[in-house]
Amino acid sequence: MTDSTARVPALRRADLSEQRLKRRYAAEKRFRFYGLAAIFAALAILGLLIGTIVLNGHTAFVQTHLEIPVFLDPEVIDPEGNGDPGALRRADYQGLLKKSLRERFPDVSGRRDRIKLYGILSNGAGLDLRAEVQADPSIIGTNQTIWVKSSDDIDSLVKGYIDRDLPEGDRRVKDNEIAWIDALEADGGVEKQFNTTFFTAGDSREPEQAGIWGAAVGSFFTLMITLILSFPIGVLSAIYLEEFAPKNRWTDLIEVNINNLAAVPSIIFGLLGLAVFLGVFGFPRSAPLVGGMVLALMTLPTIIIAARAALKAVPPSIREAALGVGASRLQVVTHHVLPLALPGIMTGTIIGMAQALGETAPLLMIGMVAFIVDVPGGVTDPATVLPVQIFLWADAPERAFVEKTNGAIMVLLAFLILMNALAVLLRKRFERQW
Amino acid sequence: MIKKSLAMAAVAGLVVAAPAIAEARDQIRIVGSSTVFPFSTAVAENFGRSSDFKTPVVESTGSGGGMKLFCSGVGTQHPDITNSSRRIKESEFSKCTEKGITITEVKIGFDGIVLANSKTHAPFALTKKQIFLALAKEIPVDGKLVANPNRLWSDIDLSLPAERIEVLGPPPTSGTRDAFVELVMESAAKQFPEIKALDKAAFKAAAHSVREDGAFVEAGENDNLIVQKLEANPNALGIFGFSFLDQNADKLQGATVGGVAPEFENIASGDYGISRSLYFYVKQQHVGTIPGIKEFVAEFTSDKAWGDEGYLTEKGLIPLPEDDRKAMMKSANGMSPLSM
Repeated sequence: MTDSTARVPALRRADLSEQRLKRRYAAEKRFRFYGLAAIFAALAILGLLIGTIVLNGHTAFVQTHLEIPVFLDPEVIDPEGNGDPGALRRADYQGLLKKSLRERFPDVSGRRDRIKLYGILSNGAGLDLRAEVQADPSIIGTNQTIWVKSSDDIDSLVKGYIDRDLPEGDRRVKDNEIAWIDALEADGGVEKQFNTTFFTAGDSREPEQAGIWGAAVGSFFTLMITLILSFPIGVLSAIYLEEFAPKNRWTDLIEVNINNLAAVPSIIFGLLGLAVFLGVFGFPRSAPLVGGMVLALMTLPTIIIAARAALKAVPPSIREAALGVGASRLQVVTHHVLPLALPGIMTGTIIGMAQALGETAPLLMIGMVAFIVDVPGGVTDPATVLPVQIFLWADAPERAFVEKTNGAIMVLLAFLILMNALAVLLRKRFERQW
Repeated sequence: MIKKSLAMAAVAGLVVAAPAIAEARDQIRIVGSSTVFPFSTAVAENFGRSSDFKTPVVESTGSGGGMKLFCSGVGTQHPDITNSSRRIKESEFSKCTEKGITITEVKIGFDGIVLANSKTHAPFALTKKQIFLALAKEIPVDGKLVANPNRLWSDIDLSLPAERIEVLGPPPTSGTRDAFVELVMESAAKQFPEIKALDKAAFKAAAHSVREDGAFVEAGENDNLIVQKLEANPNALGIFGFSFLDQNADKLQGATVGGVAPEFENIASGDYGISRSLYFYVKQQHVGTIPGIKEFVAEFTSDKAWGDEGYLTEKGLIPLPEDDRKAMMKSANGMSPLSM
């Protein structure tokens, strides 16, 4: 070919290299633009998602409180006059608050209107008052002004989620309720305060009394069990497979299966938990113990794969040097390879844990998707977890649960970001380059 | 291998410890319908607060799933109460009886199923027959069953708007869907002589099949999702439980069915045609073993809970008529056994 072109130079084509070059540059430019566009699109969607969640959810962290002057009638609270804690606990505090409301709005008459008036208070408001009295019984018999929670509808009104201009029939809050709240507000008796209940209480059917603490504790216990089971088993399996096991068909088979397990849908692990842990072993339903065991099965492959990758990244020269100075193979692993691989293993474990923290499907089968008011005190108490709490609230008909749902999502996201940040930190701090 | 067997030993240790955990239980366990869930949980919470018993644990498993758990035996590892948005089936009852379970049935009230659309659109006035003609997979035309040809509402009846039929509803796994099919589609199907004349299996197939050509959209189990989609799409009609319409009255309006609006009073009186009864079932063998069951039933059937102005009506339960309530309260608190 070359000599033929040399012989007939007249047939040479015009020099197109410049055009080709231009095309190549243009293609590269386009490619970069696509890449940037993809990243910006992803960022925009993420921003939109987090933006809506924060927009809808930030109000979950405050709660409307009403200031009610109340006479702590000793006849009602402590009829015996001996400060018996049982009597203090059982007294009708809600009744005292109702009486104060009647005195504040004396022209409200008729049973239905009265019930409406009492309804501006949360039906847990009495508990707020009880807590005050129990903390300091000496206030019995005196006049006190106390801040108590409003009901969820009033809370929505004050937060501006209810449009006052709509016809009365279309509103959850009626004209007379708005008038009462406006009257209270004119006296400075309406305030949005930090919602401590949201961070200290268990679930409730009343949005203003619902909290995520029960679910958070449940998540903590569940993840503890998951970590205790999956970390040692996962790391030991990885070390054995990577450092000791012979390379033969059996270990290949095990390796393939571990990789497969990592891709099994999580609900399958839930079914396994139902059949084996509940069915055969008779563990209690809804317990973090079982939830943790199921999630441990789910995270095991992730941890094994991450740990094996970390072990593989330790250069063979280190093993050879250790063997060369007379270390046994166990010593090589425990003194040299494992400490060097640990940051990688930890990173993998934390990411596996973060994955387990966000899981709901496997827990459905073992009864952790449940309404649980009491904060669990141990791994066998009935409990639920944060993502399940979000799922349950998202399904609730009460409109006020929308903000709680979004608030809980924000808390869950904060935990996930924290865990992933920890993983990044560990990697940055302890990772070694060879 | 040593490490593996160590791990095995750890698991085995847990297994040995298990029976000790499973034996004692001082907390009522409730499973069952997601429709009854909001009411059952409200009672559970109030019960826990006003009594010295622990707050019962309520799981939302669906009516069928709840029955399966409930009828699996007597003993603390099995639930004490199951909620249901339909009556117990004979097959379920005989399964329960086989396991030596005696059941007390408590009917707690009604739940209306509504068809609603966005307030920005004109309200719909429908009949069950029209709903059937809009949603059935096959409808009778000239004496023969053919694939549903109706594209616009006005194809069914000229009084309806000339708009595309678009209905969002629950998937077949949902109890709301079961009830809707039974109360609307089946009862409307009986009005067509062509379908009524079919044998039992063919009738069921014709009456229970919902069209799959895009006019009916399965929108998921979450009723809040349907509400949101209706807000975004004013031309669509949604099917969901009454309490969601009640909570979103500022954005949605219910369609009248047979001229009756889906309102509290109309559902309670039975005038509104699409409502179903809600139940819970108590395992008598657990009364006395698990503390608080009797007291829980008493709380549920008290006037302050399920009465006309009780806290359950606030949650959207449509109460039973007063006389039925009284009779039901008596039989519930007396733990009268169910027979079928």
